[in-house]
Amino acid sequence: MAPANLYLILSAVIFSIGLAGVVFKRNALMVFMCIELMLNAVNLTFVAFSRYYADVTGQLFVFMVMSVAAAEAAVGLGIIISFFRNRISVDVDDASILKN
Amino acid sequence: MSDKAEIFVFWVLAIPLVAASLGVILARSAVHAAMSLVAAFFFLAGIYILLTAHLLAWLQVLVYAGAIMVVFLFVIMLLNFDDEVLGVSRMRVMKLLGIAGAAGLGLIVIRAVRELGSMPMVRVDEDFGTVRAVGRVLFTQYLLPFEATSLLLLVSIVGAVVVAKQRI
Repeated sequence: MAPANLYLILSAVIFSIGLAGVVFKRNALMVFMCIELMLNAVNLTFVAFSRYYADVTGQLFVFMVMSVAAAEAAVGLGIIISFFRNRISVDVDDASILKN
Repeated sequence: MSDKAEIFVFWVLAIPLVAASLGVILARSAVHAAMSLVAAFFFLAGIYILLTAHLLAWLQVLVYAGAIMVVFLFVIMLLNFDDEVLGVSRMRVMKLLGIAGAAGLGLIVIRAVRELGSMPMVRVDEDFGTVRAVGRVLFTQYLLPFEATSLLLLVSIVGAVVVAKQRI
């Protein structure tokens, strides 16, 4: 069996790739996609630990995370659409009305 | 012998997964990034099967690659962006700091995983991670989170409709 360390290191790599994307992408949809990448890295960690401890609870957590991610994607994309309707741009640097 | 086969399959799935994730952040247009993300989800589902999480692998393909990414692509096609202009109004220092921060976080976590020592997997039952095993726990022990999730989905449906409407 592949040791669990391999899966955990893979999950860490994908998480940091997603984090780098969230930090330096300007398009709000790209930021959203990198957030989904980070969520999937966490899912991989949960599944790896669930397999390591032979406990199904970790996979249940992933079930919940998937449904929360689906709900969040729906609402977040609705927000992006209404933002675009008002401003014709999804650059996150343009969302600065609250800035003094 | 089966150890080596398993590690080989792991690398066959993990290297394209990392490549697809890099493709998400290095892509110029949003459609290319979305396609790379769909590929990453498929390879991740393969890794779930390698970890005997069969229900989750199918749910990954159905929910993430099949529903969420389709909605993403709808929105991308609807809003019709131009290609992202690289390096215009983010300072180069901030970009390098962001990449360095993410790489630093990755290195810290990798170091922590190394210090955990060797973690060999144990043998599990035949029906570990199948629909029956997950459903048995989901509907008896974790019934409250299940019902709360359905409430959450209802709230998100109503919220998405209200947020994206033209006239409230």
